[in-house]
Amino acid sequence: MPLIEVTDLTKRYGSRVAVDGVSFTVDRGEIFGILGTNGAGKTTTVECLQGLRTADSGTIRVLGLDPVKQRDALRQRLGSQLQESTLPAKLKVREALELFASFYPSPADVEVLLDRLALTEHADSYFGKLSGGQKQRVSIALALIGNPEVAVLDELTTGLDPHARRDTWQLVERVRDAGVTVLLVTHFMDEAERLCDRVAIFDTGRVVATGTPSELRATTSKSTLDDAFVTLTGRD
Amino acid sequence: MHTFAKITATEAKLFLRTPVWAVFGTLLPAGILLGVGFIPSMSKPSEATGGHRFIELWVPSVIVMSIAMLALQAIPAAVATYREQGVLRRLSTTPAHPANLLGAQLVVHAAVAVAGIAVTMVVSSAVFDVPMPRHPVTFAVTLLLGIVSVFALGLIAGAIARTSKSANVIALLAFFPIMFFGGVYLPRPLLPRVLQRISDYIPPGAQPLQDAWVGTGVQPLQLAVLAAFAVVGTALAVKVFRWE
Repeated sequence: MPLIEVTDLTKRYGSRVAVDGVSFTVDRGEIFGILGTNGAGKTTTVECLQGLRTADSGTIRVLGLDPVKQRDALRQRLGSQLQESTLPAKLKVREALELFASFYPSPADVEVLLDRLALTEHADSYFGKLSGGQKQRVSIALALIGNPEVAVLDELTTGLDPHARRDTWQLVERVRDAGVTVLLVTHFMDEAERLCDRVAIFDTGRVVATGTPSELRATTSKSTLDDAFVTLTGRD
Repeated sequence: MHTFAKITATEAKLFLRTPVWAVFGTLLPAGILLGVGFIPSMSKPSEATGGHRFIELWVPSVIVMSIAMLALQAIPAAVATYREQGVLRRLSTTPAHPANLLGAQLVVHAAVAVAGIAVTMVVSSAVFDVPMPRHPVTFAVTLLLGIVSVFALGLIAGAIARTSKSANVIALLAFFPIMFFGGVYLPRPLLPRVLQRISDYIPPGAQPLQDAWVGTGVQPLQLAVLAAFAVVGTALAVKVFRWE
C-alpha cells in the first residue's frame, strides 16, 4: 500500500482552480518530488496533504489517514517545513527545538538532532542572527523533531548559496536514509534530478507527468530534467 | 497542559528579551499617576467629585489605561506579527494547536497588566495615601472580568487583521472609546450625565472598579454586563480567529 495516495484532488479559490484533478502515490522510503513553476498548484496540494486546507473534491490518504478528519493523528507522524514561515528572532535554536519537542509524544533527542544538522555550535544563537542556510537547517530540524514517518519539505533551498544548497541536499539524503519518506516541493530541476527517486510534474493545477527523472528524460528524448520539464509543460 | 506550560514559558522568555512592553506596562501607569498626582488641585478634596480627592477617583482610570494599552496595543501587534511571520501556520502543522500560543500571549500580557496595576496601587497608597480597595474580593473579580473583556477585544483585532499595521488600526477603534469612557482623558465625574451612565457599563469597568475601591460595593448589573462582555468577547475572538 502506498504511503501517500492522492486521487483526483481538486481545490478552488473562488473561481480560480488551483488544483485540478491531481492524482499520485508515494511509496515508503522514497524522496518524491513535486515539481512545477510558481502557481502550478504544488503548495496547495501539499497544504491539503498536511490538513492545512480542505480539498473541494477527491481523496487523500497519508499513512492511511484522512488529513482533515484525522488531523491530530496525522500531525504526530508527519513533519513539515513550510515555505515562508519563520521563528521569532529572539528565540534560541535549542529553545526552538525543545519547544517543538514538547508537542510530540515521542520526540527525537534534541542534542542528537542538533548534531546531525550541524547546529550544535549555534544552539545558543538567536534564530534571527543565523544565516539563510542555518535557518533552513533549523526548520528541517523542526520538521524532524517529532520522529515523523513522512517529512514535507517545501522550497527548501530557495535563497541559499550553492554551498548551502549542496549541504542541504546531503541532509535530505541522510533523512531518507534514516527511514523517513520525503515529499520535496521544488521548482529547481537540478535539485530534483539529484535527490528525487520519482517526481510528479505540475502545470497549471494538473499533473502532466510522473516517473523517475531518467524516465522523464527518456520519454521526452532530452538530456536533462530541465529540458524534459520545459517540453512536458509545453512552453518551449 | 505540558505543551501550554512550555509555550507560555517560552513566550515569557521572548517577551522579556524585548522588554519594551514589560517595562512600559509595569511602570508607565504608576508614572502617570505620579505626574498627575503632583498637580496640587488633584490631591485635594473637591465638591465636583463628591468630597473625594480627584486622585482617589482617578486610580481606576489609570487601571483602565494599563489594561487598554496592553490589550489593544501590545496584544494585537504580537498576534498579527506571529501571523505575518507564519508562526501560527507553522504551529498548525504540529500536534500543538495555535490556540496555545494565543493563550500564552494572554497570560504573559495579563501578568504585566496585573504587575502594572499592583505598582500603581502601591504608589497611590504610599505617595497619596489612597487606601487599598475596601472590597478586595469584588475588586479582584471586577479586575479579572475587566482584563478578560478588553483582552478579548484585542484578540479580535489580532484575529481579523492580516498585518500588524492593520491590527493596530482596528484596535485603536476600541482603544479610544475605552480610554474615553474609562475617564482617562477627562475625569468621569465631568462627563455629561448620559455618557457617565454609558461609561458605567463599558469594559474594563471603571465604575465598578471605583465602587469596589472607595464606594459601597459593586452594582450587580454592572458586573453582569462586564461578565457578558468577557464571555461574548472571548467566544467571538475564538470564532473569528483565522489560524493561518
